[in-house]
Amino acid sequence: MSQQQTLLDKLWAAHEILRREDGVSLLWVDRHLVHEGSHHAFAKIAARGLPIAAPDNTVAVVDHYAPTRGRSKIVDPQIARMIDTLRQNAEKHGLRIFDLDDPTQGIVHVVGPEQGITLPGLLINCGDSHTSTHGAFGTLAFGIGATEVAHVLATQTIWQKKPKAMRITIDGELQAGVTAKDIALHWIARLGTGGAQGHAIEYAGSTVRALSMEGRMTLCNLSIEGGARFGMVAPDETTKAYVKGRPYAPADDAWDAAVIAWDTLVSDADAAFDIDINIDAADIAPTVTWGTSPEQALPIDVPLPDPATLSPQKSELASEALDYMGLTKGQSLVGTAVDLVFIGSCTNGRIEDLRAAAAVLAGRRAKVPGLVSPGSQLIKAQAEQEGLDKVFTDAGLEWADSGCSMCVGMNGDLVGNAKRCASSTNRNFKGRQGRGARTHLMSPAMVAAAAVTGEITDVRVLFRDRSS
Amino acid sequence: MAGWQTHFGIATALPLANVDTDQLIPARFMSVPRSEGYGDYLLHDVRRDASGALRPEFPLNQAPQASVLVAGASFGSGSSREAAVYALVDAGYRAVFAPSFGDIFASNSVNNGLLPARIAPEIYDELVSLIGSSSSETPCEVRIDLQNGQASFNGKQLAFALDDTWRMKLMNGWDDIDLTQQHSAQIAAFKSKYAQTEPWAMPASSV
Repeated sequence: MSQQQTLLDKLWAAHEILRREDGVSLLWVDRHLVHEGSHHAFAKIAARGLPIAAPDNTVAVVDHYAPTRGRSKIVDPQIARMIDTLRQNAEKHGLRIFDLDDPTQGIVHVVGPEQGITLPGLLINCGDSHTSTHGAFGTLAFGIGATEVAHVLATQTIWQKKPKAMRITIDGELQAGVTAKDIALHWIARLGTGGAQGHAIEYAGSTVRALSMEGRMTLCNLSIEGGARFGMVAPDETTKAYVKGRPYAPADDAWDAAVIAWDTLVSDADAAFDIDINIDAADIAPTVTWGTSPEQALPIDVPLPDPATLSPQKSELASEALDYMGLTKGQSLVGTAVDLVFIGSCTNGRIEDLRAAAAVLAGRRAKVPGLVSPGSQLIKAQAEQEGLDKVFTDAGLEWADSGCSMCVGMNGDLVGNAKRCASSTNRNFKGRQGRGARTHLMSPAMVAAAAVTGEITDVRVLFRDRSS
Repeated sequence: MAGWQTHFGIATALPLANVDTDQLIPARFMSVPRSEGYGDYLLHDVRRDASGALRPEFPLNQAPQASVLVAGASFGSGSSREAAVYALVDAGYRAVFAPSFGDIFASNSVNNGLLPARIAPEIYDELVSLIGSSSSETPCEVRIDLQNGQASFNGKQLAFALDDTWRMKLMNGWDDIDLTQQHSAQIAAFKSKYAQTEPWAMPASSV
């Protein structure tokens, strides 16, 4: 009998061109996604006079600097220059570009799956740490730096040492109001930001199987916040149903061949993992970050920690985080007033996220201002067809175009200094959403609940109010 | 990129865990061409007050000549932005000693000649207090021996961990594109076989 293999083993073997004596592999890259931030890498290959090795495997997306309002005329010259540089590079190298005026433009990690550019069994690179999102399809997907982006552009390959294998198994049914975002924040709070460092995570278990592709993408997206460069879910019927018929997905004979290949992409029953973690879905509550690192997260109904009761390392970080966040030890998260809300990003800007937020906001008014930026222009159009835009605007929130927007603030969508934002995004780092901004990460439904009450709120209570 | 074997310099400490890439370089500076230099943006929002003036009490500002940084666990966690490394390198840093690093940050470092040296948490604590007792008149002097994975901080000898592949890359200043081009025949062979066995994985023609 052959050795039992993990999903990681199988995907790695399928892309390995060679392995050096030092154990580092040269891997074939099936799809390479570039964005405005890839300018350093384009400059590097231009400096060496190198062409792009495989332009057909390379796709450009305008997202990090994409204006979400008034995009037909960009006012900020720096933003205009960033987008123009990507256009020029796409033109020069003959790349398909999802530009601002394209009805299918959006965030790179939303557009890839939506267009069928992302498929099970592929290896995908992008100069963005949330590339692990694509792992939701049973794809070897990982973020890389600019030097590596230049290398992929020049060779369509990447040098990489195989990570260790880690499995996070979540079983059971999630409580109402608990989502993939809460699963992610739950395990990151438990294991810490370095908990999965050096590992590729495979998410398994009945809870994961029951998640939609949108939910799986949210879960895989946040892998990096727990230190893992890779996060993945073995493909199944849910995956195939999502992929089938997408514009760039294989069709006809190619589809049949693909399905045969994809059906083998599962960890063998007795495959060994270096770390195995089990989580009971029933233990997961709506989870919110209170500090400046994604591991500083708590179930909504648990009071903030007293740094004096934490380990020496965590204690100092907690004191500093409470100070930055303008919070007090022992206080309840529930009832903490917010200044604004943001719904969007590659973590939680998909149609299911917008529906979940709209379900809470329907027939209600937001007490604070907020911005809703769909993950792609297609999602925006779909949401408008479903009338979700009306729910958001009737509630008093702003309905905008698609891009990375307020998650990273490169396009000018910023949270003000010392302002508190309930955000469906991925990082609560100091200054992430703008200098001095105070970010609380949570699910889109929880963000909507915060909008309705003007304070951090347990969305389950609003659901109860509605049903009574 | 030039390789290096030994380095002699001054150390400073940033005794905090989780110094993420958003702190190392705030996103708003990342549209600047590299040729303009990134050193001024290093830790911009913690190093400087709202007016942009340097905060004299911030450790890095007290040791402007430092080239070795000692920092807490999960240094460089977060985004893949290589600009975080550019900011360190352009500010004159050659090595960071920390108990652990963000994975992408560490590989970006090696690609830019910056040593991500892993040290045990106890050694980290010792170095922080050692540097804490130094001053601008009597700075903490560091000697790094890359080949042997050894460093000395004011005479305190210690071993650091570094992946062998990364050690070779740093020492030789290897460029991956040059290395890979030596394997072009193997890549071409893989590609043509792969196109036959996995036709579905080929990019669809534009739609």
